[in-house]
Amino acid sequence: MKRLLGFFLAAVILVSMVALPALAEVTEIQFWTWRPEDVSFYDKIIKQFEEANPDVKVVQNPIKNTEYNTILSAALAGDSAPDVFMSRAYGGLQTFADSGYMLALDDLLPELANFSESTRMGARSITDGKMYGLPALSQTMLCFYNKKVYQELGLEVPKTWDEFIANLEATKKAGYDALANGTKEGWCCEFLFGGGCASLYGGTNFYNKVITGETTFEDPVFVAAVDAMLSLAPYMPNMYEGVAYTDMQVSFINEMSAHFIGGSYEAGYFKAQNPDLDFDIFAVPGKTEADPAYVSVYADMNFAIAATSKKQEAALKFLKFLATPEYGKQVVTDLAMVSSVPGVDVSSNPFIAKVLELQKNSTPYIFLVGFRYNQPTGSSLFQAAAQGLMTHTLTAEEVCKQVQEGIATYYKPFQK
Amino acid sequence: MKIRKRLKKAGWITFFVTPGILIVFVFILLPLFMSLFNSLFSWNQLIRHDFVGIDNFKRLFTAYPYQQRFSNALGNNARWFAVTMLVQNLMGLLFGYVLSRKIAGSQIYRRIFFIPVLFSIAAVGFLWGLYLRPNGLVNALLQLIGLGKYASAWLGNAGTATYAIILVNIWRWVGFPSLVFLTAINNVPSECTEAAYLDGANEWQMFKRIVFPLIVPSVTIITVLTVIGSLNVFEQVYTMAGLDGAPNYATDTIGTLFYRTAFGSVDSGAPEIGIGSAVAVVIYLMTFSISLLSIMITKSKEVEM
Repeated sequence: MKRLLGFFLAAVILVSMVALPALAEVTEIQFWTWRPEDVSFYDKIIKQFEEANPDVKVVQNPIKNTEYNTILSAALAGDSAPDVFMSRAYGGLQTFADSGYMLALDDLLPELANFSESTRMGARSITDGKMYGLPALSQTMLCFYNKKVYQELGLEVPKTWDEFIANLEATKKAGYDALANGTKEGWCCEFLFGGGCASLYGGTNFYNKVITGETTFEDPVFVAAVDAMLSLAPYMPNMYEGVAYTDMQVSFINEMSAHFIGGSYEAGYFKAQNPDLDFDIFAVPGKTEADPAYVSVYADMNFAIAATSKKQEAALKFLKFLATPEYGKQVVTDLAMVSSVPGVDVSSNPFIAKVLELQKNSTPYIFLVGFRYNQPTGSSLFQAAAQGLMTHTLTAEEVCKQVQEGIATYYKPFQK
Repeated sequence: MKIRKRLKKAGWITFFVTPGILIVFVFILLPLFMSLFNSLFSWNQLIRHDFVGIDNFKRLFTAYPYQQRFSNALGNNARWFAVTMLVQNLMGLLFGYVLSRKIAGSQIYRRIFFIPVLFSIAAVGFLWGLYLRPNGLVNALLQLIGLGKYASAWLGNAGTATYAIILVNIWRWVGFPSLVFLTAINNVPSECTEAAYLDGANEWQMFKRIVFPLIVPSVTIITVLTVIGSLNVFEQVYTMAGLDGAPNYATDTIGTLFYRTAFGSVDSGAPEIGIGSAVAVVIYLMTFSISLLSIMITKSKEVEM
């Protein structure tokens, strides 16, 4: 009798172990990100999503930014692909889309039609014109300045390039590093140019012409803009060739420098490191007051679904959540970044509202947006040549020539 | 009976040797052949396309930008080899010789010289990267001893960047040849040195005529290891100057060129597996042939006891 009872109990337990999960039917999806810095933010988002969708469980896997591409490539080519993953924009997306690793989202995610054209450009494959990602963020290259220093020296936001140089001169005389930027890392040269000199080469007008081949990078107006970048050297820190990215950030955060040309994504970090830092932003102006003061903008991140994922329905549910204005609002308040989701309420973050104000004169961040689809990328050519310029081994003409010739090896409109 | 014993012995030998052979095969030989295989195809991002024979190798040696980057990187590897041979190995020889003369404190110095060899490359690269910053320890030291005008952005200037990284690497490795040469010099039979001493030879003649010819085998080993090391250098450049060989490819080596080409990076773009594999195959063939050549040249200089 006891034996029978024991056997019966064991059978009940066994059956419940198998049956109950089947009854609950929770699908678990893997979500890979390159932002270990934002783990707690995404945990919060995932919790909200799981409350609204109890049949889906999301497991976040953050990977270091510099290793992300390699690890993701290996996983997508092998068996351990995630279901939802952060994807780079433009050329970075092209890599995975062309290899067939991404799911085309045009029909599956009708919300995509509402996104702005500039954000859609970052998630679209140039081979077949399909959307392979849900745009998440856009970044803006502009100039940060220390408000306290400006008040102290009685300076105003510059409206022309000469006024900008005068402000740099004044802050240098007062003993600060006028400009925090250094050139040890190649990408720092790229955003120094994109944030500081976009108004000098004519912003979007020039971009549209160079994309079609109507003009080249050896156009005198572009060469002059590159030369202008070199003219900022006297205002950069002593031995700026050895100043790396983190040194630049530390210098601005500790109020040792008055200006920092960089991306809007720095704001969150600046605030977190020094809550007393009183900073604001402006777009670096062009030669005259009539020239629009451009900021370089690019789409930075997409959410994508792996084509080999066996849980596409659950993954799509997660993506639909990430396309809502409620999610976008939290990106603005918590991450202090510009969300690509249309219709997001930015009133909670005056900084982001100001960035969107400056984006009225936005121009594509020229090399990242237009020329990262083939090797050698416009970015890598410009970064290396610009380092040569800033260390006085190349002239502005040589820089532009190298960039032009490198891109012309694969870019048809340049191969007339 | 004897055959069974032999078979048993052979069985035991196979048992002990198999794990080693398996590891060499799976982790060294197989990837090598797969790289060769990959280099014979054209790739679109991560998908393999058609067979193109040696087209990738042709592109590597003639097309822009690969040809320029490859010759630039090879030039840097040559600099690595030249400076390491001249500075590190000569210093190692000097240290080894001095330590063998049993000066005061030689036991302590032996250990101190060897400690950097045990550090992790990433830690060494990171820390020295901090010291070589414009406001780092090296410049501060120069200012302290009155040589402030020589302070510069060591890793940021194209002219000094590679040499700064090479010197850091020498600091880390000099203990190794010191120890090897110390052992070799201690193994020179004392009859030879005593006989030379009695015949009135001074230190320099003793070293040139007696000690050096008898330690040539260790010179061979150190030379070959230096050759292989100079061709394979990657971690030091990666941790101190980044994957793109900043500034403006002045610190680029064939190791970083290979990694960047085969796997791509955020800035330099998509992976080019065909050409990357071709770079890997070329690196292997160069390392193999140059090592073989060095062994043959230095072997001919060895003196029989």
